[in-house]
Amino acid sequence: MSIQVKEIHKQFGEFVALDQVSLDFPTGALTALLGPSGCGKTTLLRVIAGLETADSGRVILEGEDASDTHVRQRRVGFVFQHYALFRHMTVLENVAFGLRVKPRRERSDDAEIRRRVHRLLDLVQLDALAERFPSQLSGGQRQRVALARALAVEPRVLLLDEPFGALDAQVRKELRRWLRRLHDELQVTSIFVTHDQEEALEVADRVVLMNRGRVEQVDTPTEVYERPATPFVYGFLGAVNVFHGRIEGPHLRVGEATLPHEQTQVIHGAEAVAFSRPHELRIVTDPDTPHGVAAVVERVLTFGADVRVELDSLPGAAVRGEPAHYEVVMPRAQVDALALTRGQLVRLVPSQIRVFPSQAA
Amino acid sequence: MGVVTFFNPTRQTRVLPGFGLALGYTLVYLSLIVLIPLSAVFIKTATLSWGEFWAIVSSPRVVATYKLSFGASLLAAAINAVFGLMLAWSLVRYSFPGKKLIDALVDLPFALPTAVAGIALTALYAGNGWIGSLLAPLGIKVAFTPLGVLVALVFIGVPFVVRTVQPILEDLETELEEAAASLGANRLQTFAKVLLPTLLPALLTGFALAFARAVGEYGSVIFIAGNIPMVSEITPLIIITKLEQYDYAGATAVAVVMLVFSFLMLLAINLLQAWSAKRTGRNR
Repeated sequence: MSIQVKEIHKQFGEFVALDQVSLDFPTGALTALLGPSGCGKTTLLRVIAGLETADSGRVILEGEDASDTHVRQRRVGFVFQHYALFRHMTVLENVAFGLRVKPRRERSDDAEIRRRVHRLLDLVQLDALAERFPSQLSGGQRQRVALARALAVEPRVLLLDEPFGALDAQVRKELRRWLRRLHDELQVTSIFVTHDQEEALEVADRVVLMNRGRVEQVDTPTEVYERPATPFVYGFLGAVNVFHGRIEGPHLRVGEATLPHEQTQVIHGAEAVAFSRPHELRIVTDPDTPHGVAAVVERVLTFGADVRVELDSLPGAAVRGEPAHYEVVMPRAQVDALALTRGQLVRLVPSQIRVFPSQAA
Repeated sequence: MGVVTFFNPTRQTRVLPGFGLALGYTLVYLSLIVLIPLSAVFIKTATLSWGEFWAIVSSPRVVATYKLSFGASLLAAAINAVFGLMLAWSLVRYSFPGKKLIDALVDLPFALPTAVAGIALTALYAGNGWIGSLLAPLGIKVAFTPLGVLVALVFIGVPFVVRTVQPILEDLETELEEAAASLGANRLQTFAKVLLPTLLPALLTGFALAFARAVGEYGSVIFIAGNIPMVSEITPLIIITKLEQYDYAGATAVAVVMLVFSFLMLLAINLLQAWSAKRTGRNR
C-alpha cells in the first residue's frame, strides 16, 4: 500500500469534516475521491498532502509515517483546481521550480534541469510553449503545466484537487482521457478529488464515495454503479427513481401500489426506501394493471437513441407531502409503440429495485 | 497596435463609445489642473538668464538641500516599502483583536494636518521628549537633524505603500504558497521567488507614491528639521524662504530643478514597472 490513512479525524469548529476515515490506496492505482461539496474529500486530500493537519489519525506514505512531516518533506505532487501557476515565470521556469529550490548539493546543474523540464513538457505536449507565460495559455494548457510541475520533483504520490473543475465541458472530456493515458504511462499512485460522478467513473481505477466526512463505499467504477452499498451512493451516482413505502412481506407498498422485491434485510412492516435506475423501469399504459406505481406522463424527450420520459406521481398519492418525479429511459422504438401523450395515466413497473431501511436514507 | 490605431483612428470601429470625449476631457482637465500651473513655473523662471539660473540652483546651500530632500525621500520610501509590506502582510494574513482599528490608523498620516504631525513628532523626538529622552543617552539625536527629516518623511509615506500593496496581497491566493511548499521550497525561497515578484509592481507603485509625497512634503518636516542651513534644510523650505524675500524667479528656478528631477525619477520608476510587467507577460 503506497498511501494509507488511519482513523483520520478533522474538525473545523463544530463541523466534522472527516470522521474517523481509514483508507488504503493501492500502489500505482488512480483513485477518485467522489462526493458532494462539503463531504470532506478535499480536506482528506489536503491532509494526505500535509497542507492540512488532522486532529488525530495517521498518514502513511510508502510504509513510513508521514503524519508529522511538513508538506515540503512529504514529496507529494499537488495539483490545484485553479492551477496556482507562478504567473511571473515562464512555463519552463514553472516546471523547473521544484528542481531549482532543492538544496545545493542535491540540485542538478542548469543543463540537466532544462533537459528534464523539456522531457516533462514533451510528456504533457507543451514543449512548443516553454517560453510562454501562464497568462498566455488556455485553461487546459495551464492545468497540464501544473501537472508537469508537480511531476518534476518525482513525487511519491500525485494528488489532484478537482483538476478539471475550472474547465469547460469539451476540454474537460479531452483532459480526462489524457490524464488516464498519462497515468497508464507513469503508473504513479494518484488520488484525484471530484464532485463529478461521470469523471470519477470514467477515469479512476477505484472510486471512494464520501458523504458527511465518512466513507460510504470503496470499489471499482462498475461495482459502485451496479451495486451501490448505501442509499446515498444510489442517489449520488447517476439518475435514480426513489420510492418511499412500507415492507409487506415480499412486497413494498408504495401508496396503493405494491412492488415485488427480493430484499431480506428489511423486516416486515418497516418503513423502506427503494431505488430503481431509469432504464430499470417499464411503462405500462393499461391503468388497471395490478402492479406498478401510478404516474402521469409529463414530458417525452425524444432526442438521441434512447428516449427519456419524465413523469409525476398522482396528485393524491404524494409521498411525505411532496409529489414524486420519475424518469424512465427506453429505446425509441418502444416509446413509439406506446404512443404516450402528455397527461396520460400510466403505471411504472420496475424490473429491478433495491430496498433500504428508511432511517438510513 | 496602439500606435497604429492612434494614427488611423478611422480605420477601426470602436466598440466602446466616447473615445474622443474622454481624451478631450482628460487633456483639458490635466491642462487646467496640472500643466498650466506647472508651465507658469517655467515661464517665471525664464525671466532669468542662464547664468543667473545656474548661480541660484547650484549655490552650495541649495545643493545641500537637494541632497537632503531627495536622499531622505528615497531612504524614507525604501524604509516604507519594507515596513509597509510587513504591515500590509499582517493586516491581510492574520486576524487579531483591534485589527480594524490598526487598519484605520494607517490612513491617519493622510488626514492629519502635516503641521500637527510635525509638531507632535518634534515633541516626541526632542531631547526632552518621550522617545528623544530615551535616545539621548545613546548619543542619538533625532529632532533638528537630518534623521528627524527622515522620521517625518517615513511617517507621511506609510499609507502609500500599505494601501497599494494590501489589495494585491488580498488577491494573492494562498495556493501559490502551498504549491511552492509542496514543490519543496522553504519559506525564504517561497517569499523571494514567488511572493515578492508577484508583489513587486504594487510595491514599486507604493514606493513611487511615497517618494513623490516625501519630496514635496513641507509642513511636517520644517518643525522637526530645525532648518539649519547646509545640514537639515529641505528644498521646499528654500523655495518658501525665497518667496518670503519676494525672490519669485529664484524660487521658481529651484522649483524647476525639483520638478525635473522628480519627474525623471518617477519616469524611471514607471519604466521599471513596465519592464517588470512585461517580464511577467501581464501586458499582453
